[in-house]
Amino acid sequence: MLGKIWDEHEILRHPSGPSLLYIDRDMIHEGSFHAFADLKRRGMKPRRPKQIFGVADHYVPTLGRTSSAAASPAIAHMIDTFDENMEWGGVRHFGLTSRAQGIVHVVAPEQGITLPGLTIVCSDSHTSTQGALGAIAFGIGQSENAHVLATQTIWQLRPKTMRVTINGRLGHGVTAKDVMLALIARIGAAGAGGHAIEFAGQVVRDMSIEGRLTLCNMSIEAAARFGMVAPDETTFAYVRGRNYAPNDGEWEGAVSHWRSLVSDADAEFDREIVMDGSDIAPMVTWGTSPEDALSIEDRVPDPASFESADKRKAVEKSLDYMELAPGTALSGLKLDKVFIGSCTNSRIEDLRAAAAILKGRKATIPAIVVPGSTQVKEQAEREGLAAIFRDAGFEWRDSGCSMCAAMNGDVVGPGERCASTSNRNFVGRQGPGARTHLVSPAMAAAAAIHGCLTDVRRI
Amino acid sequence: MKAFTRETSTVAVIPGVNCDTDQIIPGRFLKADRAQGYGQFLFHDIRRTDAHELDPAFPLNRPGAERSTVLLVEDNFGCGSSREGAVYALVDHGIRALIGPSFGDIFFNNALKNGLVPVRLAADQCQSLAEHLNRFPDAEVTVDLAASELILPGNLGRHPIIIDAFARECILQGLDEIEMTFTYMDKIKAFESDRMASHAWLAR
Repeated sequence: MLGKIWDEHEILRHPSGPSLLYIDRDMIHEGSFHAFADLKRRGMKPRRPKQIFGVADHYVPTLGRTSSAAASPAIAHMIDTFDENMEWGGVRHFGLTSRAQGIVHVVAPEQGITLPGLTIVCSDSHTSTQGALGAIAFGIGQSENAHVLATQTIWQLRPKTMRVTINGRLGHGVTAKDVMLALIARIGAAGAGGHAIEFAGQVVRDMSIEGRLTLCNMSIEAAARFGMVAPDETTFAYVRGRNYAPNDGEWEGAVSHWRSLVSDADAEFDREIVMDGSDIAPMVTWGTSPEDALSIEDRVPDPASFESADKRKAVEKSLDYMELAPGTALSGLKLDKVFIGSCTNSRIEDLRAAAAILKGRKATIPAIVVPGSTQVKEQAEREGLAAIFRDAGFEWRDSGCSMCAAMNGDVVGPGERCASTSNRNFVGRQGPGARTHLVSPAMAAAAAIHGCLTDVRRI
Repeated sequence: MKAFTRETSTVAVIPGVNCDTDQIIPGRFLKADRAQGYGQFLFHDIRRTDAHELDPAFPLNRPGAERSTVLLVEDNFGCGSSREGAVYALVDHGIRALIGPSFGDIFFNNALKNGLVPVRLAADQCQSLAEHLNRFPDAEVTVDLAASELILPGNLGRHPIIIDAFARECILQGLDEIEMTFTYMDKIKAFESDRMASHAWLAR
């Protein structure tokens, strides 16, 4: 699949190796101000503005829908600058008051911007999310973003391929998030470096698009260039009728082309990983890298149990940061906060899964829900999920990256411990001194009820 | 982009596997204009103590560290967020090359676009270099991109620098990639008009 889509977008190959790839669609957010400054310096404008989509997400307030509600004037300035750049560049723009606003990787599939067979870039590492629909989608920096805005192309070396096959079925209470944490724990945070992952197997075929988006989202946490799932009937049903997808007259032709993109039965991969879905338990991270993940039934590991000296050192450091002693049971670990949101787990199914646990129960610690998009928010309100969250004592916020990127002022305080449905438990990621435990939405809900890490299967 | 041909320098050793770009530059500094200089944000939080003072034990805070334009780093350096600010912080601080077993892919590309040379060196060689530098902190390495060679101190030998030829050429000459790509604009436009003919909905 990677090869077929790649070849279809290769304008030329440079004698020294890289391909000049045509980029079908570029998504941009507030961080693009460096790229716009570069274009302005050169006296250039975006070359193909209709293939660029702007959405404000990293810096937006989650309490209010104007830049004046931002946490500081400097943050408001980021949002205003973005609006000005979109206007200047003639780029389609989902601003704060747009119903299409949200986290870029939630919005793009929702609007039909992400489609099978496309090349999509965004100056955000979690662009890998969008490969769930059978696209080549990857994160880039601002220099590359300026190059795409100016030329609608990018120079890229073709990555190696890795197939991750997940056989069988997932157990009760086990989700796409748990699959990814189990995979990263197994192959390491650098485990898929230089590779494009294609997810396959019964678990993936049975999975909704939303679950597949979560799988591909966290591919980058295993250092993969891209995450991909072959498009199938589930994909086509999801895509049909969305705003920027092919219309009814174009539909049959598009689908028949998309069907031809899937990997051939005898396709060879540079690496193969096979997992069994029934072996995976609800997972939680204990350290400061997504590879530091274990089943909720496990205990904090002893640094001495690791083979490599570098890893032993790293584990000692992260346990010190996390203020955890080896041998401590993960289940029952006291928390200060719960965050449900981020491009990993803020779509409607995520909110449904959390609400199903919370219904009729109360959170015992501060907890917030930040829907992935304004549409998700409105849908959750219509379905009665917002009321369940509110009744349980959760704060019900407006959409944005919020406490995952911690750039908009929503932060976890120094020394506080947070169960989070986001993707990174890095040192200081959710705020200086913040301690993050990555979990699925259902696990986050269970944690909020008991005020500690909790096995959702016991609720 | 500043051209790079050859750099000889002492080496600062940055500890930690999976040193993500949040450690290289915390997210709250990414609002700054580049004109302000991003060097001040480099390793901002991890080079300070809990009392927010510069930690004398952090390698870049040691006397003489400002002379080092080369860093030795551990596995998967620059993983995580795609923020190019991480590379701006290194470059604006005066860092010209990195030596490590592996780098985050997006970070690696961002570095190349800014003339910062990431050199991949086998983990055991990195370990030997770290041990050598521990005994001889003033030892120098030479990153010779023109000759595609990393020259290590003592008897640690010479090692090939493996960077794709295209990126190497751009850095050696300080080439502007956008200008270079524009020389292919005829081909881009021809490709594009074919693609739009079969995918009219793409640019609606």
